[in-house]
Amino acid sequence: MIDKFVRSAAEALAGSAVLIDALIEQGASDLVIVSNNAGTGRTGLARLLELRRVRKIVCSFPRTSDPVVFEELFQAGLIELEIVPQGTLAERLRAAGAGIPAFYTQTAYGTRLAEGKETRAFDGRHYVMERALPGDVALVEAWRADRWGNLTYRESGRNFNPVMAAAATLTIVQTQHVSELGALDPEAIVTPGLYVDRVLHVPYGDP
Amino acid sequence: MNETGMSETGMSRTGPGGTGPGKTGMSGTGGSAGAAAAFTPLKRAEMAARAARDVPEGWYVNLGIGIPTLMANYVPAEREVVFHSENGILGMGPEPPPERIDRWLVNAGKQYVTLKPGGAYFHHADSFAMIRGGHLDLCVLGAFQVAETGDIANWATSDADAAPAVGGAMDLCVGARNLWVVMEHTTKSGESRLVRKCSYPLTALGCVKRIYTNLAVLEVTPDGFLVTEMIPGLSFEDLQARTEAPLRRA
Repeated sequence: MIDKFVRSAAEALAGSAVLIDALIEQGASDLVIVSNNAGTGRTGLARLLELRRVRKIVCSFPRTSDPVVFEELFQAGLIELEIVPQGTLAERLRAAGAGIPAFYTQTAYGTRLAEGKETRAFDGRHYVMERALPGDVALVEAWRADRWGNLTYRESGRNFNPVMAAAATLTIVQTQHVSELGALDPEAIVTPGLYVDRVLHVPYGDP
Repeated sequence: MNETGMSETGMSRTGPGGTGPGKTGMSGTGGSAGAAAAFTPLKRAEMAARAARDVPEGWYVNLGIGIPTLMANYVPAEREVVFHSENGILGMGPEPPPERIDRWLVNAGKQYVTLKPGGAYFHHADSFAMIRGGHLDLCVLGAFQVAETGDIANWATSDADAAPAVGGAMDLCVGARNLWVVMEHTTKSGESRLVRKCSYPLTALGCVKRIYTNLAVLEVTPDGFLVTEMIPGLSFEDLQARTEAPLRRA
């Protein structure tokens, strides 16, 4: 029987906030983190940064609210930063999940974020070549999951989760709710279970 | 600048392509040259209200943070405009009252929002496929500078910027069918934000079509900036004096 559920965050990673906390405990270092922002306050991703476990961060907008830890490390030269336009970040992840090694986009053409990159004209418009951005591990948050790892998300909580789930070799999910196999509407499953390796049930309430 | 206490929200349009005369008095782009008339620059909400008047029914629209976000408050309720948010929302509605907050429903600026009937959710790659694929009718952004060629600089103020943050600005600029900018006409120290060539790092080349400032409305044309409206009491010469790039009148 396929059962992708694991019973503890440590087990999920033996391999989001709860998952990041587990990653902190698990001890991996020299990490390259892909995230749209660079952490807030001193918990979660910011805590991972503060513990100097991250070599490089790939993101579009490090200056989210209260990015204190990132700012300190960046100004001290203790972390590498790769700024990627937000849509290019999403598409690089999507491409990785879809087996596309590179693609062309108009985004950033003529700007300093395209410096050193191959460009090409198609039909009279200029494009920048961008490479896929695969991951070793994706940490994903779902709203509902079943034991095959089929996932749905809640409202704007969908966000980067489906593309991250598809872009990584090992996809670990925390889910708010568990559904019996067959209970999720097949028409409404956003991430089919083939993208998912491990699921951890982390109910923290319906806000 | 003179402060005369004007509190009305708009300018009326005399140039082509407008939506007709505004509710408030407005000077055209011709006439009254040389008169040292008093004028009051539009405030942030007034700039947003003025730009919102021009958004047509049925358009799919992305509003950037700052003044553009305020525009949603000024689109008339009976005019159906569908707002997009980069994090995966179409049909975004206004901020809910505190007792109706849903922490799963936020906009790209992480502010609580609502979903209107007919709205939809999608993931980030689909969201930017909509943007990059040319499916949005309009994006409105703030900017540091716009050049007479339509180049825009709105993400970093200098090449030495400590930790630059671009977000979705570069994708929105190249992808939206129409890019409008809402910004103050000059910096706090009085330097023109409408320039011949951007001195700040570029966000995108040649994509701005229209600019709403606190002094005027301008189209970006193959021949540079074309002034289609000015606030009451401001002469074309006054406006040119505050603008580095050469202006033409509609």
